[in-house]
Amino acid sequence: MELTPEEIAEIQRLLETSPYDELTIERAGRHLTLRRAEGGGWIREVQTFSEPSFVSPVAPKPAERDVPASVPAGARARTGLVDICPPLPGAFYRAPKPGAEPFVEVGSWVSEETVIGIIETMKLMNPVPARVQGEIFEICAANGEQVDTAHVLMRVKPKKGERG
Amino acid sequence: MKIHRLLIANRGEIAARIIRACQQLGIETVLAASDADLYSVPAKLADKTVRLGPSAPAQSYLDVERVLVVAREARAQAIHPGYGFLAENARLARACREAGITFIGPDENALAAAGDKLQAREHAIAAGLPVAPGAPVADADDALDVAKKIGFPILIKAVGGGGGRGMKAVREPTEMKHQVELAAAEAEAAFSDPRLYVERYVERGRHIEVQILGDGCGDVAHLGTRDCSIQRRYQKLVEEAPAPLLDETLRSALHEAAVSFGKRLAYRSAGTVEFLVDDDRRTFYFLEMNARIQVEHPVTEAITGLDLIAEQIAIAEGEGLRLAHTDVDFSGHAIECRINAEDPVQDFRPSPGTVTRVELPVGPGMRVDTHIEAGVSVPPFYDSLLAKIIAHGKDRAEALARMKAALASARIEGITTNLPVHAALMSDGAFAAGGVHTTYFPGFLEDYLKRLSGLRAALGGA
Repeated sequence: MELTPEEIAEIQRLLETSPYDELTIERAGRHLTLRRAEGGGWIREVQTFSEPSFVSPVAPKPAERDVPASVPAGARARTGLVDICPPLPGAFYRAPKPGAEPFVEVGSWVSEETVIGIIETMKLMNPVPARVQGEIFEICAANGEQVDTAHVLMRVKPKKGERG
Repeated sequence: MKIHRLLIANRGEIAARIIRACQQLGIETVLAASDADLYSVPAKLADKTVRLGPSAPAQSYLDVERVLVVAREARAQAIHPGYGFLAENARLARACREAGITFIGPDENALAAAGDKLQAREHAIAAGLPVAPGAPVADADDALDVAKKIGFPILIKAVGGGGGRGMKAVREPTEMKHQVELAAAEAEAAFSDPRLYVERYVERGRHIEVQILGDGCGDVAHLGTRDCSIQRRYQKLVEEAPAPLLDETLRSALHEAAVSFGKRLAYRSAGTVEFLVDDDRRTFYFLEMNARIQVEHPVTEAITGLDLIAEQIAIAEGEGLRLAHTDVDFSGHAIECRINAEDPVQDFRPSPGTVTRVELPVGPGMRVDTHIEAGVSVPPFYDSLLAKIIAHGKDRAEALARMKAALASARIEGITTNLPVHAALMSDGAFAAGGVHTTYFPGFLEDYLKRLSGLRAALGGA
């Protein structure tokens, strides 16, 4: 059972008058550490060790640092092409709204500021600029796909003089 | 009917909050979790966890049918929807009633009336509440006609929902066509409902709301005011209770108006009636009703000593209101800061990722509602709220002093948060004085970011 804010405050009050700087309480799969903060006052750190109890079986916990599904993380750009990666992880959309025309297609000419898609992260829509001048050579991520910042969304054949 | 097992159809800090209330009440909890949340802290805290669906909200937390399926699978007698997602969904409330499951919230009629902003406006007028002059509009020409009658500036609003989506201020007739089209497109995308209405835009106002509890049979009590005037793009960042520096006659009028509105809907459960207060002119307008428990409910709990989730459950069990107005004992002042995973320096860009360290304040008058601890991942699928820090004191000055100390000792590492903005705001003279308008915070933020970039430049940084 979780400690209430009142209980935590009560424990902290008792600690205040003690010579101790730190107290760890273990309760039912949870550690609560109370510690004197550097600038005065007290802080708490919590670690929950218990595992969820599932009503019916679910997929096991994925390994940390999941490798993205489509283009492998860190895939090397093809010679002479520039990769466009999302500025932050989220759902990738190729059009401004469902049913609308995609921002760009293979063969579209883009400049640095051209918006090539949208990343929806934490309920916010973030435009993805091409950041390069040239021609869209390849579209690597599907509409609606979950991507992270290592994903290659599109590859651009840069205008002559741009460096790949 | 006593509830023994309750399904929580939500995630994050509110899921953890509901679990804590249920543990104290001896109610078994089942958390309905998406794939991204199967191993979250609330999943570990709940008695049981059931898989709701894929990580994308549309296929999990927003899927009425899936919620009902897992409620049956978990043999839950009741569903608590939290806030957001399906909390104000009349279809879920009706489906629960038909399935014999208790929906912890208002009935479907009240949800429909509060959810349709024009209907809510009509109910407000019928209940004798002042509303801003305005009318529904079909197109830009219509909007221009209304604007001519009530005068510029005006605010275009979506009938289908709030939260700033579909909301546009218009100052000049020439802007109207463009803004009406934008608002309709946004409203269609957000609520699948392009209907709009236009109201007079009160620029120098305070956003003040009143917490109510209703038993569903016409008995309604208020739990005082909250001031939520600190907002960025219509998203609340700081809330306090009671609203500071408010004329007491005006405060009583707000309480009375909220209760009248709740009675008009025979409102059941916890809800909030929002007002725009023009305290220069000592007038107020009804804005909308939020038919759910709200993010900022802890500040009201701090000053009343009540557990609003427990009250919601008691009402759902048929116990009615366990308090009369005279029983509510208001004590002191409380402030809440919403700590979000977002980067203030990069235009508040979201900052999902893995949290590596979480140190949060404890002490007299302090409360933190959160679902994060070292090692948890903050997924990109949902909103950015990480923690709510709530400081309560015998008066506003004490609450503010406690909040300042709390923010100074709080550490969240691994992702970027808006903690520094809160720390700067609490030290700002105008905020400390109290009673700021909704126009204050954007200006404060601009100054703050300017000072910050000046400092970075001076230090030789980017």
